[in-house]
Amino acid sequence: MRLLTHNMLSCNIKGVTNGFPLRIEAEKVVEKQLEINHDFLRNIFPKIDWKAFSDASRIMGYHELPEEPPEPSVLESDAEFLGKFHHALLELHLEEGALICPETGRKFPVSKGIPNMLLLEDEV
Amino acid sequence: MWYLCVFYHRLLDFRKPEFESLAHLFGSFGDKRSSDPQDRVLQWRLPKDHHPDSPFHFVHLPSEEIARNVANRSILVKGIYELWGEGNDYEELEEAVKSYPDERKLPYLGSESTFKITVDSFGKVLSLQEQNERIEGLYYIPFKGRVNLKKPDHKFWLMETDAHETSNGLPPVVQRRIFFGREVGGADRKLMPMYQLKTRNYLGPTSMDAEMAFLMANQAQAAPGKLVYDPFVGTGSILVSAAHFGAITMGADIDIRVVLDGRGPDCNVWSNFKQYGLPMPVGLLRADNNLPPWRPGLKEVFDAIICDPPYGVRAGGRKSGGRKLLKGIIGPYTVPDDKRADHIPSTAAYTLVECVHDLLDLAARMLIMNGRLVFFYPVLREDGSAENHFPEHPCFKLVATSEQMLSSRYSRVLLTMVKTSSYTEELALAARIKHLEFKENHLKWLEDGNLHSSVFNPSDAESGDSKVTRESKPKYRGKYV
Repeated sequence: MRLLTHNMLSCNIKGVTNGFPLRIEAEKVVEKQLEINHDFLRNIFPKIDWKAFSDASRIMGYHELPEEPPEPSVLESDAEFLGKFHHALLELHLEEGALICPETGRKFPVSKGIPNMLLLEDEV
Repeated sequence: MWYLCVFYHRLLDFRKPEFESLAHLFGSFGDKRSSDPQDRVLQWRLPKDHHPDSPFHFVHLPSEEIARNVANRSILVKGIYELWGEGNDYEELEEAVKSYPDERKLPYLGSESTFKITVDSFGKVLSLQEQNERIEGLYYIPFKGRVNLKKPDHKFWLMETDAHETSNGLPPVVQRRIFFGREVGGADRKLMPMYQLKTRNYLGPTSMDAEMAFLMANQAQAAPGKLVYDPFVGTGSILVSAAHFGAITMGADIDIRVVLDGRGPDCNVWSNFKQYGLPMPVGLLRADNNLPPWRPGLKEVFDAIICDPPYGVRAGGRKSGGRKLLKGIIGPYTVPDDKRADHIPSTAAYTLVECVHDLLDLAARMLIMNGRLVFFYPVLREDGSAENHFPEHPCFKLVATSEQMLSSRYSRVLLTMVKTSSYTEELALAARIKHLEFKENHLKWLEDGNLHSSVFNPSDAESGDSKVTRESKPKYRGKYV
């Protein structure tokens, strides 16, 4: 699971109102190279919840992202930043671990890079 | 400029929608950002006396570059041609080609370029000798270049249709027609053997046929830099085609096999992308389309959603909530704490109506403006007036419907919808109320929407009614035509 996916997910157990961001419990983090796609990064940037994203990147062991959301203009002017954004968003993979709901503490396991977000019968 | 567009005689309903989606993708309608997709309709014209299902069409496109892009990306366009002349016989053709302006012809006839002439016919076979005679009959065109059959600079086509005979079951054309033109571009059908399902490692019972998956990706205008989502990803067969066209893909499925690594380390959704050297999906997750796990406030992230929802004929949909629980056989219960970690939640049947409702709601929220929702929708052929029963949503405009007949009983129709207005609070609220209503009346919906029995049960009135409907389908139409 990449941080792009993490940034989109929340706990949707019935009654939970603050299910985002899910806390990452990392057991195994791997890095996989991916070709940089500027158009995609530019499109997705405004949709990212920056605080959740930069916090998550630190848990995954990457400390290069600013805590405060950068101005969108940085994407055009700063190639170095674009590379860091790309790396944290798409090249860091949570291979094994779990996502933990901040409100209930429910664990959603991540196995072979795939988070299991399915709810139990009594959570629907 | 008007071009001659010749289609393959396949999947007739899919041909023009594919063409129009690609024309739009490649900028045929310019930067005119009209929010009304109805304005983006190409002009089409049929050759004289031709039936709409004929492979020959004339189409108006703003430039040759767009024509080439459309043809090369499409699956069902055999070729797009600059028409140099047409006629009912070879004398008329000669006259027409001769009077076609020299400044359009001469650039392609020079001595420094190579060329090739192909003779083609629709509905009959010409022997090699007949083909050569026809090529020799073109002596009046001043070709100066050398012939190159393997890699010519310019390809010319001489195409014939026969008169008075039914071609491939189509209604007969009264008048024979001959076309001569220069090829601008043609479909890359090599994709189909390359991606065919029988050589794919990881398959499921409803993996999408490669040709159809490409058509779906074209309807969705998959292209580099776009994010495409499939909420019923299964073995990933639809996303493979979107990834081939450069899109970034994401998929979800409720099936535990998605998490359980398919059939092993080299036989899963990931390996299907690896097999073709395509970039892996950017995200895969196990999630329920009925209760999508997207964070509140997240909207307008996907450029397209493409899927083949489970409609309960070959594969039935599942949603979370517990089979017995929703049927009311047992009361609400709590899974004991010590069993929670390894508990496998039971799932309940997911009816088509509810599934499509959830899909439209999800798409309305998660698609960007002008983003496309492309999905198959089943239609019972007995219904007759099927056109009026397609699902609707205030955020979407239906731009194309293409029917694929699967049996005499039912078809599936590929629906292409464009998001034309944004998702509002009121719509979200209405969707939540509907969601609860589905949950409360689970049993009722289960009984109402059972497509499986309508498709597979023996029909009672085999004689009267069904005969009429069977004849309502033209003889030449079938699963692949």
